[in-house]
Amino acid sequence: MKIRAQIGMVLNLDKCIGCHTCSITCKNVWTSREGMEYAWFNNVETKPGIGYPKDWENQKRWKGGWNRKTSGAIEPRIGGKWRILANIFANPDLPEIDDYYEPFTFDYEHLQKAPELEAVPTARPRSLISGERMEKIEWGPNWEEILGGEFSKRSVDSNFEGVQKEMYGQFENTFMMYLPRLCEHCLNPACVASCPSGAIYKREEDGIVLIDQDKCRGWRMCVSGCPYKKIYYNWSSGKSEKCIFCYPRIEAGQPTVCSETCVGRIRYLGVVLYDADQIEAAASTPDEADLYAAQLKIFLDPSDPKVIAQARADGVPDAWIEAARRSPIWKMAMEWKVAFPLHPEYRTLPMVWYVPPLSPIQSAAEAGKMGMDGAMPDVKSLRIPLRYLANLLTAGDVAPVATGLERMLAMRAYMRAKTIDGVIIESIAARVGLTGLQIEDMYQTMAIANYEDRFVIPTAHRETGEDAFDLRGSCGFSFGNGCSGGETETNLFGAPKKPRAKTPMEVE
Amino acid sequence: MNAYVNHALFGWYPYLCLTVFLLGSWLRFDREQYTWRTGSSQLLRRRQLFWGSNLFHVGILIIFLGHCAGLLTPIWVFDAVGISHGFKQGLAIVVGGFAGLICLVGIALLTHRRLLDPRIRANSSFGDTAILLVLFAQLLLGLSTIFVSLGALDGHEMVKFMNWAQGVLTLQTDAWENVADVPLVFKLHLVLGMTIFLLFPFTRLVHVWSAPIWYLGRKGYQIVRTRVPAE
Repeated sequence: MKIRAQIGMVLNLDKCIGCHTCSITCKNVWTSREGMEYAWFNNVETKPGIGYPKDWENQKRWKGGWNRKTSGAIEPRIGGKWRILANIFANPDLPEIDDYYEPFTFDYEHLQKAPELEAVPTARPRSLISGERMEKIEWGPNWEEILGGEFSKRSVDSNFEGVQKEMYGQFENTFMMYLPRLCEHCLNPACVASCPSGAIYKREEDGIVLIDQDKCRGWRMCVSGCPYKKIYYNWSSGKSEKCIFCYPRIEAGQPTVCSETCVGRIRYLGVVLYDADQIEAAASTPDEADLYAAQLKIFLDPSDPKVIAQARADGVPDAWIEAARRSPIWKMAMEWKVAFPLHPEYRTLPMVWYVPPLSPIQSAAEAGKMGMDGAMPDVKSLRIPLRYLANLLTAGDVAPVATGLERMLAMRAYMRAKTIDGVIIESIAARVGLTGLQIEDMYQTMAIANYEDRFVIPTAHRETGEDAFDLRGSCGFSFGNGCSGGETETNLFGAPKKPRAKTPMEVE
Repeated sequence: MNAYVNHALFGWYPYLCLTVFLLGSWLRFDREQYTWRTGSSQLLRRRQLFWGSNLFHVGILIIFLGHCAGLLTPIWVFDAVGISHGFKQGLAIVVGGFAGLICLVGIALLTHRRLLDPRIRANSSFGDTAILLVLFAQLLLGLSTIFVSLGALDGHEMVKFMNWAQGVLTLQTDAWENVADVPLVFKLHLVLGMTIFLLFPFTRLVHVWSAPIWYLGRKGYQIVRTRVPAE
C-alpha cells in the first residue's frame, strides 16, 4: 500500500443556479491572455446539450480517456505509445478552434467614432485570431444556456443513451440542469499518459495535475487524451494549458477561485487519502458500471489507525491526515454517498465529484397521481430522468444515484419535521440507511454550508521541499526566463511577437 | 578570388554555422525553454494540415537521414561492404527523389496554408514564414541537383561531398578543396543547407531536438512528481 493525499472537489448541483460566477472569476485570474481567450478552465454548461467543445462527451468521435483492451490492460483511447507518436505530425483527434469557438471582441470604438448615421451604430464582432470581421458567432462555452437551441441538436447529448429522449423535447416534459466543468485532477489522468514529452505530471503531495510550461513542446496529444476536453492548446504560445486548481491558493490553505466566489456555495474542497498502488487495477475494472464502486474502494478511511500509520510512513503530514478526517469530500462521497464522479466510464478516476440535482416532481399538477414512497416522493418521478443522471455520473448504474437522491429528499423531510413540526422522525433517516445524527451533519454541510465546513484545506509544507530563503524576492509566477516574462526586448530566440491581428481595442 | 570565396564558404562557413547551431540551441534550451515548441497551428486550421504536415515530415525525415548516412558514412565502409559509388548514387537519386517529391507536395500544401489562410497568416511570425520558404528553396535546389547528377552516374561527384563533409567534421583545413569545382547548383544547395543550421536555433526548428522518442521507453503511462523535484 502506498498512501497519497489529494485535494478533491465536490460540486452540489442541487444548489447550482448557473450564474457563471465561477467561470468569470477563473477567466479573469487565469486565462485573460492572448491564445487563451477561447479557453475556459471552468465553464458552466446547461444539460442536456452537446457542450463545449462541441460533443465533448462523444468519445467515439474525440477518443478521450482510456480503452480497456481484451487483454485486460488499459491504454489511452487515442492509441498506445507507438500510435500516439505516429500521429504526432497531424493529430487526427484534435478539435479545431471552431469546435470551441473563435474568440472575438467587438468594435467598441465604432460606437464613439461613427459618423452621423441613419441607424444607431453597433459594435460588431471581430476575430481575435485573424483580426477579420466575424459575421456570426457560432458557439461558446455556454451556448446552450437554459435550453438554448433546438432540442434535436441538444439531444445529440451522449447522456441520453438508453433514455427514450423524444418525449423530453416536449415543452411539458422538458428538463435541464447546470453542469460546471473543470479539470478533474484524475487519479489516472489520460492527459499525463498521452503526453509524449512527459511535461504533464500529477503532484504527489496534493494530486494536482499540472503542465510544466517549460517542458511542453506542443505535441497536443493531451488535448485529445483528456476525455473532459479540459486541456487547451494556447495558440499563441504553442503550449498546452489547463486548470491548475489554483495551486498557489491551495498551497496557502485557500480555496480555488471558482470555489471561493461561488455564490450558491455549491463547492467543497477537502483531502482524500487513497491507495496509489490500486489505481491501475481499479481503472482496469472489466465492467464500466463497476468503475464507480472500484474508485470508492481505493479511498482510505482516515480514522483507521492502520491507515494513519501507513500514511505517516508514506510522508503524509499530520495536518493532512487530520484534514482528511474532517474532509467534506469524504463525507459526501464515502459516508453519505451523495456525490459521484463525472463519467467514471472514461477510466480516469476523476477527483471532482458531483451531487446530482433534485428536480420538480414530474406532472405534479396531476395531484394524487404523484408517485409517493411513503412520506417521500419517489425519485423515479423526478423530472430529470434517473438514467440521464446515471449516464453522467455512474456509467449508467441507476441504483447509487437513486440512493443519493433519496438521501437528499430524506434530509429535507427529516429537517422539515424537525423545524416545522418539532418532531424528530428517526425512521426517515433509517429508511435511507442513515442515522438522525448523520442527517443533521448532512444538513449542516450541504444546506447551511458554512465556509469552514466547505473548505478544509491544509497548507502545503514548503519547508520540506524547497529553500524558502532562495525564493525571497523572486518573481514567483512568470512566463519564460526568470523575471523576463519571456518577452524581453533583447531576446534573440523567438519570444512571442506582437500579434499582427489588430483589434480596435488595442492602443497603438 | 574564386578560391577565396570557396575557402570562405566551404572552409570557414561550416564552422560558423555549426557553432551557432550547437551553442544557440544550448543557450535557448537553457535560458528560454518556454519558447521551445513545435509551434503547431493545427488548432486554428485543420484543413491541409493532415496531408501537408504528414507528407512534409515523412519526406524531410527520409531526406535528412539519407543525407546523414550518405555524407557521413566513411568511404571505406562502403568499400568494405562492397557498395559501388555508382550504385550508391543511384540509390540516393531514387530514394532522395521519391522522398523529395513527397516532401514537395507536403511543403507546397503547408506554404499555401501559411501564406493564404487568414488565421494562419495573421499568427505567423517572420521566422515561421521565412524558415518555411528557406526549406522550400532548399528542397527545390536539392531536387534540381538530380538533373545534374543524372549526367554523370559513376558516383564520382558524390565522393567529393563525402570527403568534404567528413573533412569538415574531422577538422581538415583543406576540406573545401573537395567541392571547389562542383557545379553551381550543388554549391548553392550546400550553402543554403549550412544556412539552415545557422538559422535553426532562432526558429521553431528547435523542436527537432525534442523528438519525443523517449516516450516509448516510459515505464507505464503515469508520471507523479513531488511539488519541487529533488535536485
